[in-house]
Amino acid sequence: MRICIPAKGPDAGDFVDERFGRAPYYLIHDTDTGKTESYKNPAAEAMGGVGPRAAQFLLDHTVNVLVTARVGGNALGALKAGGIIILLYDEAGSTVRDAIAAYSRGGLREQ
Amino acid sequence: MKISVASGKGGTGKSLVAANLAWSLSGSEQVTLVDCDVEEPNLHLFFPEDQPSVSTVTMQVPGVDQDRCTLCGECAGFCAFGALVVAKDQVLFFPEHCHSCGGCAIACPAGAITELPRPIGTITGRMISPSLHLVTGTLNEGEVLAVKVIRAAKETAGTGGWVIFDASPGTSCPVVETLQGSDFCILVTESTPFGLHDLALAYDVTSQMGIPSGVIINRSDGKDEAAHRFCDEKGIPVLAVIPFDRKIAEIQGSGDLISRRDPSWKERFCAIGRACRSLVEGA
Repeated sequence: MRICIPAKGPDAGDFVDERFGRAPYYLIHDTDTGKTESYKNPAAEAMGGVGPRAAQFLLDHTVNVLVTARVGGNALGALKAGGIIILLYDEAGSTVRDAIAAYSRGGLREQ
Repeated sequence: MKISVASGKGGTGKSLVAANLAWSLSGSEQVTLVDCDVEEPNLHLFFPEDQPSVSTVTMQVPGVDQDRCTLCGECAGFCAFGALVVAKDQVLFFPEHCHSCGGCAIACPAGAITELPRPIGTITGRMISPSLHLVTGTLNEGEVLAVKVIRAAKETAGTGGWVIFDASPGTSCPVVETLQGSDFCILVTESTPFGLHDLALAYDVTSQMGIPSGVIINRSDGKDEAAHRFCDEKGIPVLAVIPFDRKIAEIQGSGDLISRRDPSWKERFCAIGRACRSLVEGA
């Protein structure tokens, strides 16, 4: 499974970003290999349409699960159409590593 | 003669000036009044008319033939506004993000995208009198392409006789679109720090667009030194000063026009029109 966590920085030790479309980085963790890839969000500073574009980014990077605080309407529609599972994780001040651990423990609510 | 009425600040009296100017001039000349405040048009309230003609304004948006689509992702990759998302088995379209550029149809290598019209607003025409035509642009709720509706209203209005454009407040795209092509711009201000502040912004727009302008001070309490000083500094004329007067407010508030009720106001607005014309022709 490939898990995406929107983040404020490029490392697993950086804080999660509660904004899905405008997060500056997306970290993608592969639960099979245990590796975490880091990507700069190309649309973070865009004028509009960031939700659908973020969804497209995840689809292009074959993400299976998005772990984030909340997702807006347009992005939600695109993620669902793409078969991406959205798990809600809203812990202010936690890191990407914390979010991955929370996913591994299970019990996150699905949006 | 194309004259736009703008202000920067809302509520200074753009509609009062535009409606009275149009009504007054139409006593002897052909006038088209264009309501370019398409998010909240209201000039028609001054001119009740039973049989308006309504046409639809559309924008072109992509229609995807899912049978021809190969899900290659070129369209979504091209779109700068996130209006298209290529999912596993379909292309999703978010119409509110689309700017109608047509690029996705060109980018599609499979010829799966054709452009289809989508309604975003209306143009309403009203013959108020044989010499006064009112054209109202209305943007549908939830739509964002005000500029497109303003452009359609201006095209409907044509260029014959006097054409008077009532702009929306502000200084962004809808106002710029309204002013584009005008021979002259009347800037309506009021004797408050807020009116003056936004007058300076609106004046910047007209001067950057190369459109000569003049100022009408509305709701004047007689203490308009700051506005006069601004006009002197910029070298722009004060075309008229309309007093802060309960009677004017009552007439305006009842949906009537001061120039329709009082011939002296009609003559004053005709004089404003003549002043604009001589400033343009003298320029």
